[in-house]
Amino acid sequence: MTAGRRVPRSATLVAGCVLAGLVLAVAVVSFFWLPFPPDDTSGDRLMPPGLPHLLGTDKLGRDLLTQLMIGARVALEAGAGSVLIGGLVGLTGGLAAGFATRWLDDTISALLDILIAFPTVLLAMLVTAAREASLGSAVIAIGLAMSAIVARLTRVLVKRVLAQDFITASRTSGTSWPRVVVEHVLPNIWPTLSVNLALQFGLAVLAEASLSYLGLGAPPPNASWGRMLQEAQASVFIAPAGVIAPGVLLVVLVVGVNLIADGVRDVADPTRRRTR
Amino acid sequence: MTLLTVAGLHVRSPEGRDLVSDVSFTLDAGERLGLIGESGSGKSMTALAIMGLTPPGMTVSGSVVFDVPSLDRIEVVGAGERRLTSLRGRATSTVFQEPLTALDPLMRVGRQVAEPLRRRRGLRGRALRAAVTAALEEVRLADPERIARAYPHEISGGQRQRVAIAMAIACDPALLIADEPTTALDVTVQADVLALLDGLVEERGMALLFISHDLAVVSRIAERVIVLKDGAAVESGSAGEVVNAPRHPYTRDLVGSARRLDGALDGAIDGAVDWRTP
Repeated sequence: MTAGRRVPRSATLVAGCVLAGLVLAVAVVSFFWLPFPPDDTSGDRLMPPGLPHLLGTDKLGRDLLTQLMIGARVALEAGAGSVLIGGLVGLTGGLAAGFATRWLDDTISALLDILIAFPTVLLAMLVTAAREASLGSAVIAIGLAMSAIVARLTRVLVKRVLAQDFITASRTSGTSWPRVVVEHVLPNIWPTLSVNLALQFGLAVLAEASLSYLGLGAPPPNASWGRMLQEAQASVFIAPAGVIAPGVLLVVLVVGVNLIADGVRDVADPTRRRTR
Repeated sequence: MTLLTVAGLHVRSPEGRDLVSDVSFTLDAGERLGLIGESGSGKSMTALAIMGLTPPGMTVSGSVVFDVPSLDRIEVVGAGERRLTSLRGRATSTVFQEPLTALDPLMRVGRQVAEPLRRRRGLRGRALRAAVTAALEEVRLADPERIARAYPHEISGGQRQRVAIAMAIACDPALLIADEPTTALDVTVQADVLALLDGLVEERGMALLFISHDLAVVSRIAERVIVLKDGAAVESGSAGEVVNAPRHPYTRDLVGSARRLDGALDGAIDGAVDWRTP
C-alpha cells in the first residue's frame, strides 16, 4: 500500500507489445529493404515456399514476402489513421454530447445511433464513390464509423464523471469549466477510452482487410492483406501459403493489439494497480 | 456585519416541483448556522443554489447576495459563469458528504490540494509543495508528505475527509458550507472531524453553514439552526431554543426521535460512558 512511483507492469501488455511490435518491425523494414521490387513479376507463378522466394509467389509471379511486408505497412497505416480520425471526431462529439442537456443531447444521440446502425461497408462504398478506391477512402470510412462508437462511449463516460461530487467540489473551489475538462474529465475517461481505442485499432485493421478484399481498399501495386487473401483464394489448395501468410499476420496483429488494450487498462487505472 | 443574505429563495425542478420554497436567512461573518432536515428536504439544494451550482434544468428565483469585504457585492441568482467562478473558493467553498467521491480517484491527493492553492495564491514549484504540506498539516494529518503522494483509495475515510476540508479552506473562503460532512464516517472519526471543523472555523473566523439531518451534531457545532421540511423553513432560532423548546410539530418529532435514540443507547450501555464527548 505504499504510494511510490513504481513503473506499473503487465504481462498482457508485454505480450501484446511483442506481437504488435513484430508486425511494426516488418512494416518499418519494408521502407528500407524488400526482397524483390513490389511489381516484379519475374518469378514463376504459384511457387511453393523456398529459395529465392521465401514464401513462394502469387498467381502473377510476385514475391509473397514482399507483398506481405508492404501489407504490414498498409495495415498499420489503416489502423492508425482510422483511430486518429475516429478518436478525434468521436472525442469531440462525445464531449459536446456529454456536456449538452436535453434536446441537444437527444439530437446528438439520435445522430450517433443512425451512424452506428449504418453498415461500414456501405459507408465505404459511398466514400469510395465520392472520392476513389484508395487507402485514404477506406480510412475515412472506417474512421467515421468508429467515431460514432467512440462518441457514444465518450458521452456516457463524460456524463458519469460530471455527476461525481469531485467535479462539484472542484467547481465550488472556483475551477473554470475548461480546466475541469482538462484536469478531471479527460483523465477520468481516459482509462476506459484508451482501452476502447486500442480495441478499435484492431477492428480497423480487420475492417481495412475486409474492404480491400471487396476491392474498396488500396489499389495495386499497394498490397493489402485483404486483397492478398482475395487473390489467393482461388488457388488455396494448390498454393496455401498465399492465404495462410496474410491470415496469420492479420491474427498476430489483431491479437497483439487486443492484448495491449487489456494491458493498458491494467496500467492506466491506479485503482487497479494495487491488486497485483 | 452581514456576509450572506438569502431572501425568498425558490428552486424548482424541471418537472415543476418546488425543491426549495421561500427560504430566507442571513449569515454574519464568523457565524455558524445549522440547516436541519430529513433527506429530500431541500438542504443540499439550498447550498448548491447559494454557490450558483444547481444542476442544469433547475429554475432558481429569489436572491442570494454575498457581501465579502475583499470582493464586490455579488448577487448569485442570475449571475454569469465567469462572475461565479471568481466568487467560488474565496467567498464560499464546500465540504461534501462522501469523501471518496469528492476526491478525483485518478489524481494524487497532493495535486488536488495544490490546484486551488496554485490558482488563488499563484504559488509554483517548491513554494506550492510547501503550501500543500502546510495545508495537510493544518487539518491534523500525520505524515503529510506520504498522504500528498497517495491516491484517494490508498488513505482512510477520515483522512480523505480531512483532505477534502484542506481543499475547501485552501482559498480561505469567508463562508464554509459543510454538507453532511460527518455522515459517511465512523462514529469515532465523526467526533474528530467535527472538532477539527470547529477549530478551523474558530481560528480563521470563517462563517459556517452546517447541513445535517443529525440534530445532535448540528446543535453541537451551530449557534443558530433552521429546520427545513419539504423545501420550506418551518422553524428557526438558537440551537438551544430549538432543541429544548421545539415549536413546530416536525421539529418536535426530530427532537423526540433523537432523544429516544439517546435514551435507548443510555439504557443499553447503562450510563457506563458518555458517547457524545470525544
